[in-house]
Amino acid sequence: MTIASWLGGRSRAERLATLAALPLLLILAWTVIYPNVSVIAGSFGHWKEFAESPSDVEALKNSIIIAVASVVASLAIGVPLAFLLTRFDFPGRTLLRAAALLPAALPPLVGVISFLFLYGDTGVITRVTQIVLGLKEVPWHLNGIGAIIFIHAYTMYVYVYLFVSAGLERYESSLDEAAIGLGAGTFRRLTRVTLPLLTPAIAGSALLVFMSALGSFSAPYVFGGGIRVLSTQILNSKLNDAIGLAYVETTVLAISAVAGLMLFRWLEGKRLYVAPGKGGASRQPVRSRSARIGLACAAGLIVLVLVLPHLMIVLVSFAKDGAWTTQMLPPEYTTHNYAGLFTTNQLWTPIRNSIVMSVLATAADLVFCVAGAYLIVTRKFSGRKLLETLVALPWAIPGTAVALGLLATFNTNDLAAGKILLVGTFWILPLAYFVRNIPLVSQAVEGSLRQMDLSLESAARGLGASWWMAVRRVVLPAARPGIVAGALLACVTAVGEFVASIVLYTHGNRPISIEILAQLRSYAFGTASAYSALLIGLVLIMALTARIAESRMK
Amino acid sequence: MSGGSDGLIVDAIARSFNGQRAVDQVSFEVRPGELVALVGASGSGKTTTLRIVAGYEQPDSGRVLFGGQDFTRLGPAKRGFGMVFQHYALFPHMSVIENVAFGLEARGVGRAERRQRAGAALERVGLDGKGERMVQQLSGGEQQRVALARAVLIEPRLLLLDEPLSNLDPTLRASTRDELRATLKATKAPALFVTHDQDDAFAIADRIVLLSLGHVLQIGSSEDLYDRPVSRQVAKFIGHATLVHARRHGDSADVTIDGTTHQVALSSFAGLSDGETGAIVLRPEAVEIVPRGEGRGTDGEWPAVVDSRRFAGAGFVYRLRLDHEIVIEVASRSRIDPGTTVGMRVTRPVPMVP
Repeated sequence: MTIASWLGGRSRAERLATLAALPLLLILAWTVIYPNVSVIAGSFGHWKEFAESPSDVEALKNSIIIAVASVVASLAIGVPLAFLLTRFDFPGRTLLRAAALLPAALPPLVGVISFLFLYGDTGVITRVTQIVLGLKEVPWHLNGIGAIIFIHAYTMYVYVYLFVSAGLERYESSLDEAAIGLGAGTFRRLTRVTLPLLTPAIAGSALLVFMSALGSFSAPYVFGGGIRVLSTQILNSKLNDAIGLAYVETTVLAISAVAGLMLFRWLEGKRLYVAPGKGGASRQPVRSRSARIGLACAAGLIVLVLVLPHLMIVLVSFAKDGAWTTQMLPPEYTTHNYAGLFTTNQLWTPIRNSIVMSVLATAADLVFCVAGAYLIVTRKFSGRKLLETLVALPWAIPGTAVALGLLATFNTNDLAAGKILLVGTFWILPLAYFVRNIPLVSQAVEGSLRQMDLSLESAARGLGASWWMAVRRVVLPAARPGIVAGALLACVTAVGEFVASIVLYTHGNRPISIEILAQLRSYAFGTASAYSALLIGLVLIMALTARIAESRMK
Repeated sequence: MSGGSDGLIVDAIARSFNGQRAVDQVSFEVRPGELVALVGASGSGKTTTLRIVAGYEQPDSGRVLFGGQDFTRLGPAKRGFGMVFQHYALFPHMSVIENVAFGLEARGVGRAERRQRAGAALERVGLDGKGERMVQQLSGGEQQRVALARAVLIEPRLLLLDEPLSNLDPTLRASTRDELRATLKATKAPALFVTHDQDDAFAIADRIVLLSLGHVLQIGSSEDLYDRPVSRQVAKFIGHATLVHARRHGDSADVTIDGTTHQVALSSFAGLSDGETGAIVLRPEAVEIVPRGEGRGTDGEWPAVVDSRRFAGAGFVYRLRLDHEIVIEVASRSRIDPGTTVGMRVTRPVPMVP
């Protein structure tokens, strides 16, 4: 079969689109498919080792238990919170609504560190609880599966909260009214009508939590204690030079993720309907005085729990390195930690690295994803479905697995086998960030383009515009909100990236997250927190910029 | 049971949203077995009134009574009313029969019995055999009947319908009116329904409550509203009408056009006393065109100029200009060119409003 015959048969426009998609497909084949194939190929011959290793079997079991428990915990927090904030009006609602999104502003490793400062053996909350209850021993130890699920619940309920809130905002309120009028009580209305209609939102967010928790690295790495999970096993095996075993573990992790993905899609498919409606439910003011006071207090308490990690990071970022040992709060404060980041070469390098690598990766993501989204949304051609699938694929693969794939592919110069040596160079991390953020940027740009009336481009061409002019003056402006949001999101994710970085970094290109870990290890809590606060600040600034850009568009 | 208090009594209800009065001192009554329409333009407060009766909204003041009991603070479920929502509010994740049986399910009726009763209800609305379909697979008219069957199956004390015909296309709408009236009459429960379309109200309702900007304009039968309007607003809202300034003079009114005074017999005068001024309501069917010259100068003939002509199937609709202000629509079968000077005659007694 020649390329001409593959391209042939259809109209000229379709052949052109296929031709344009070809380089994109090749890049995806090279950076996404080939690495995964290499990992699977590299795993052959080591499966027996995996099956006979008790620690690996335990790691698989733990990973799945943690993923499932994180889903349950996130649903238990996110669903009621979404109902409370969209259905009821009470003092403190606005504040709670803003604070509910705060965990999303914590880069993975930073969240873990703040929990260490708050709830670890020497953490502030732990000590306060110990003193208040008059205990001899610390009331709990922040390690093991419980600790991992605890921090997952804190960071991941946000997905559930956001999805279910959006579902409730669109929810057709007359359906609930009809159920009430027909005599259904609160419980029956929730279980028979409201919750079934929110299934798409609940299932979608549960899937997101499952995938994030399954691939989660920072929490098990820092609080795991003796607990093994697949993502940390992979790094251990790699560091122990058991790369074959690492490939098996990576394959198992990726298969678990894809299996989870398919399971959720199947469950969702069984209930194929869209909750219709234009929303219209107004928030019920809570009238009873005692309920209002109770809710206000509860809201205040939740807000406190939500902001504490951020406050703690900011507080410790001013603590003098090495001074905080047995005291409840850091005893000495200084601004040197921040000054040091920008004046000490050793400390500035990671910041410069992270910014440069994140900008490079995001620029590549933008070029690649805008082209891909444009073809996917506005053109019909053979290979469109394939492109759409491949663009979304890195999302289903945990970060550690992406990193191992790149490690397996870009580890040698062998052009005949399609391999070039990037491992150990500066370029491997920008490449990893690029691959990991393809789904994110694509989805944002596709979302914007899908809202555009597809005949607009034809209209521009009909008025005599060249293809490039039509794209520049009509298509790109329509896609702008998605491009801005996607770029900012990708930038933020890459600047704080940790999971792939820890597998692939070298001393020369070490990013901020790796330096935070190094500072933590040498008990330089102040410097580690200053880096963390910098990351949080960056996230907040970018989120704010995205929101302003979005509101400008409207 | 005492005669007057059996049905629904809405007593001076008022409701504001964000400082805007949506419903203001609305009172009316629905007697046992009666079909009453709440009619008004959008923003007239008709849907809010219906939702207050249903219990989904609370009035700021006023009362809702049913069967002599105060229902004002009672939850919607406890009222025992059946409601058909504007977009039907059928549960999209349930089959047709599950939708219809939902009220029985909520009342703890066993599965076999509720399926049997829901099946019978579907048969009554002509949807037998469609129980296992999903609701999205039904046409708009079928969905409307499912919503009706679902509301009726709980044997409501009062049926409430929010724009029951507004989602149907015009041809289906006309045939559905008679069907709906027959179904409502067969359930024997009184019904209150909201519509913005006076033809729906005329075809279905025994009585009409006409609302505008949250106020009741008039309550009465179709004939009352059409032939005996109490105000200019009612006269203008119901049917086509041109209002012409006039002075009541006993059983007739004096109308002065271009210095000439004509006398018009009155059918009603909405409480106007002798000598008071107001407006007579001229509807197309109450006037006719007389070719100029035929009866020139005879009593009751008004000079007019044909302003425009519009083809309307059975004949033409003309706009006649009486003077520089007054333009009247008249139907006629004969063909007259615009610009022609003609005569116009009022053929029957007309209502007069303040």
